[in-house]
Amino acid sequence: MSALLEAHELRKRYGDFTALDGVTLSIAEGELVSIVGPNGAGKTTLVNLLTGLLPPTSGTVRFKGEDIAGIGPVNLAKRGMARAFQLVHIFPSMTVAETIAVAVVSQSDKAMRFFTPVRKDSAVNMRVREVAAIFGLERKLQTESRLLSQGEKKLLDIASAFALSPEVILLDEPTSGVSSGDKHGLMRNVVDAARKAGVKSIILVEHDMDLVAEYSTRIVAIQSGRVLADRAPAEFFADPEIVAAIVGKRVRRLAQGAA
Amino acid sequence: MRAAPAILSIVALVALAALPSLLTQYQITLVLPALAYAIALLGFNLLFGYTGLLSFGHALFVSIGAYGTAVLTSKLGLKSFEAILLLCAVASVAVAIPIALLSVRYVKIFFGILTLAFGMLFHSFLFKFYNITGGDTGIRVLRPTLLGRAYEDLDKTAFLVGPFYYYCVVLLAILGFVMWRLVHSPFGLHLVATRENRRKSEYLGVRVRFFRLIAFAVSAFYCAVGGAILAVNTGQADPELAYWTHSGELVFMTVLGGFANFFGPVVGAFSFIFLKSELMGLTQYWRFWLGAILVILVVLFPRGLAGLFAQLWARLHRSTPT
Repeated sequence: MSALLEAHELRKRYGDFTALDGVTLSIAEGELVSIVGPNGAGKTTLVNLLTGLLPPTSGTVRFKGEDIAGIGPVNLAKRGMARAFQLVHIFPSMTVAETIAVAVVSQSDKAMRFFTPVRKDSAVNMRVREVAAIFGLERKLQTESRLLSQGEKKLLDIASAFALSPEVILLDEPTSGVSSGDKHGLMRNVVDAARKAGVKSIILVEHDMDLVAEYSTRIVAIQSGRVLADRAPAEFFADPEIVAAIVGKRVRRLAQGAA
Repeated sequence: MRAAPAILSIVALVALAALPSLLTQYQITLVLPALAYAIALLGFNLLFGYTGLLSFGHALFVSIGAYGTAVLTSKLGLKSFEAILLLCAVASVAVAIPIALLSVRYVKIFFGILTLAFGMLFHSFLFKFYNITGGDTGIRVLRPTLLGRAYEDLDKTAFLVGPFYYYCVVLLAILGFVMWRLVHSPFGLHLVATRENRRKSEYLGVRVRFFRLIAFAVSAFYCAVGGAILAVNTGQADPELAYWTHSGELVFMTVLGGFANFFGPVVGAFSFIFLKSELMGLTQYWRFWLGAILVILVVLFPRGLAGLFAQLWARLHRSTPT
């Protein structure tokens, strides 16, 4: 399998502070790669570099063989990578249908149409309904986004990213703010949706180790700006030192609680 | 319900067309600036209401329309109003683009202050460059021809309340229709998305600054057309048109009418002009009362008069047994 996204020796410095110190990783078609690490490890910086939001101090990021360092979110969307954020990002006064249509229109060649009503564009409408159906939002199409439940807002946020028909999607803690009972349901939903929508790879930034264990095909652990481990889940969780380094505090606390 | 805006527009246009036979000539001369402001504000609100960028300098573009008309008619001898409108609008867009390139990088108060600064800059240009602009007296505006006809048999008022009035009603209809299509197009959808959540819209592939720039240019186009009508109506282009208080009036009218509604700016233009005229007849403290009315409106009906009408309409529909 060929690598869709490749990062080579990525470094990012902010003044004297080194946020990332030589990260190399690649993500191939069909993979769901989880990026894990303690707070302040450099996950967010890595993700910002991988999505072309920030240029690296040194090193390269290639997506489908092309350099995407610092290209910015708009070009990223055009090239086929989407990103959903940890905090819910929606358009409060737009309906669900309008929100999804924003993405559908921008990735088609219709963004520069000034006089054709969006509402009457049957191709756009069909695609909007299709995407909404994948996420179970088809009954809420005419609901204003701000009136949705928190879980639905999250779904809409992710659905609109899917509406770009991306090849790679980056999910930054997709289940944050979702009750623990619903986390698996949401994750299952997203992974299924990705398969249906033809998404080739998913990058997941996640704190919940249950989710990471269940859905990842590979886990990349980051610590102090470096790759600590890059392994399949079974190998990752088999190594107590690494698990301790990443989720150490919580494991200890849980152990104390049990004792 | 979806046909409601179309029906409403047609009723309003028919009413406007019927006004000359119902109102006095004086009252019609009041409707003319209302038409001019309605056009200007439709453009202004693409930027304010739809894109979420509040400009305090759009009197600049209104005055480009007015001064353009003055220079073209009295200095260059161009009389065709169609050509004048087009040239003024193009000039306005040409001035708007560099201003927009700088301003649309910012939002909220920073955008507002930048546009205010450009507006003041233009005002002082008009004021100080006496040889070009006529300084504080401005430039006279001569009567243009409409679709090639000069209407020489009509005196000034008869021309204004007759052919010129109908010409402006048709202009409002055409430009209103174009604006309606714009805000409902993919472009309009993306504008609203940039207003609601800039970051999210970028990640969905929306070219935020570029679309803001276009919205800015379109608003300048509409304001120039409004300014040209104002200039013909008063027969004079003077620097007061470019003063920041005039920009403030544009904001006032839009808020009064309701910036969240497509028709808000039109409602605002008409209510403002008539409110101002009535209050000026009643009291010399009309500015105070105008301000008080705006305060009450913003506090009680933040969606403006158009929002209030829409609310009443919805309530009426709900209470009517079907």
